[in-house]
Amino acid sequence: MENVLEIKDIQKSFGDNHVLKGISVSVNKGEVISIIGSSGSGKSTLLRCATLLEKADSGSIKYHDTYVAKTENDKEVYLSKKELNKVKSYFGLVFQQFNLFPHYSVLKNVMDAPISVQKRDKAVVEEEARELLKKMGLEDKADAYPCELSGGQQQRVAIARALALKPDILFFDEPTSALDPELTGEVLKIIRNLAEEKMTMVIVTHEMSFARAVSNRVIFMDGGYIVEEGDPEEVFGNPKQERTKQFLRNYQQ
Amino acid sequence: MSLFTMILKMSEGLGRTCAIFFLTILFALPLGMVVALLRMSKRKVVSAVTRFIISVLRGTPLMLQLLAVTYGPYYLFGFSVSRNKLVPVIIAFAINYAAYFAEIYRGGIESISKGQYEACEVLGYTKAQTFFKVILPQVVKRIMPSVTNEVVTLVKDTSMAFTVSYQEMFTIGKQIANSQTSFMPFIVAGVFYFVFNAIVDFVMGWFEKKLNYYH
Repeated sequence: MENVLEIKDIQKSFGDNHVLKGISVSVNKGEVISIIGSSGSGKSTLLRCATLLEKADSGSIKYHDTYVAKTENDKEVYLSKKELNKVKSYFGLVFQQFNLFPHYSVLKNVMDAPISVQKRDKAVVEEEARELLKKMGLEDKADAYPCELSGGQQQRVAIARALALKPDILFFDEPTSALDPELTGEVLKIIRNLAEEKMTMVIVTHEMSFARAVSNRVIFMDGGYIVEEGDPEEVFGNPKQERTKQFLRNYQQ
Repeated sequence: MSLFTMILKMSEGLGRTCAIFFLTILFALPLGMVVALLRMSKRKVVSAVTRFIISVLRGTPLMLQLLAVTYGPYYLFGFSVSRNKLVPVIIAFAINYAAYFAEIYRGGIESISKGQYEACEVLGYTKAQTFFKVILPQVVKRIMPSVTNEVVTLVKDTSMAFTVSYQEMFTIGKQIANSQTSFMPFIVAGVFYFVFNAIVDFVMGWFEKKLNYYH
């Protein structure tokens, strides 16, 4: 199996707050992994470390064969900025708050990074962007501005924007948490379609039934540790750890 | 002196009034951005020094700054900045307005959410691309009302140039008022400023509307 991402034993503190206490995750090509856990369990921080928005204090992060960060002589060493930029093209991130560019049209939101970051041909990029929007069910919104869209539509544009860079792995940070309950479905459906196309994805989510249905593997985090990890049917249907049982019980209520 | 002659004579100074106005805008707008970025510098010394300079420029009268730039060098070092008085006048105006613009820019930049920067970072934009493509356009839209305020004030502040006897419209008006013992030149000046600002309002309003395609 081709390995896309390998995180080994990473630690992260914010001041006295020890958020990640040695987390290891390995993601193979085509895998869909859901990370669940209560607020403050460290799951978002893990995602932010993986997407280089935060720097880990120790441990290693490896995309394909490239070590982005590793501990050498007790010091965490990251790649140079230039090399990091190359690694950044390996992954995409979909934010909880969408973070679309409000002054760009939907089409420009999707097209701009491939053109100005990857320096790709504009005509080709536009064709692909329109194709992506079609896939997101937004082909008629290409010229609209984000402020004219619903939250669910904005999040679908954000997914298209991330996909336009052709990442090998796509991260989702609670992609439906900022949405009205009736709008979560349309976003989850898109993610489910991507899973069927064998897109490699890591999803931090509070949507338990979705996580159970869509993922190949579920990771339950608590207090900065991975408490339980495995097949979704196992983790949800027959959790081994007391803490996992407790967490899932609270969710079913 | 007839009202017509009065208006004609004062109009001769309007070119200089406009020169102060447009040159100040031309220099103060970009200079303000430089000052704002220094003010937000992560290096504490840079930001503290900039902060102090801004507080001096905003905390002392523009009139005093005009006098300082025009006559200060002569009293201190025995030379003048330039024989053309427009030069020290523009220097004083541009520096003073840059301080105000800098604080407006800073407010605008700090109001942009962290998520915009993070989106840029993940998408791989360089720092320059992030600033010029994503942050600055949004800042410009947000600060338009405050900038309009400053620009309107600038129109009226051009009259301060009379303190260094720069022959702009108001200075001429003041001289006529003195020699003719008439209040009329001040009324004429008031009308000039009002019309000038009506145009400024119109232009800035048009610009604001152009930026209204999103929110």
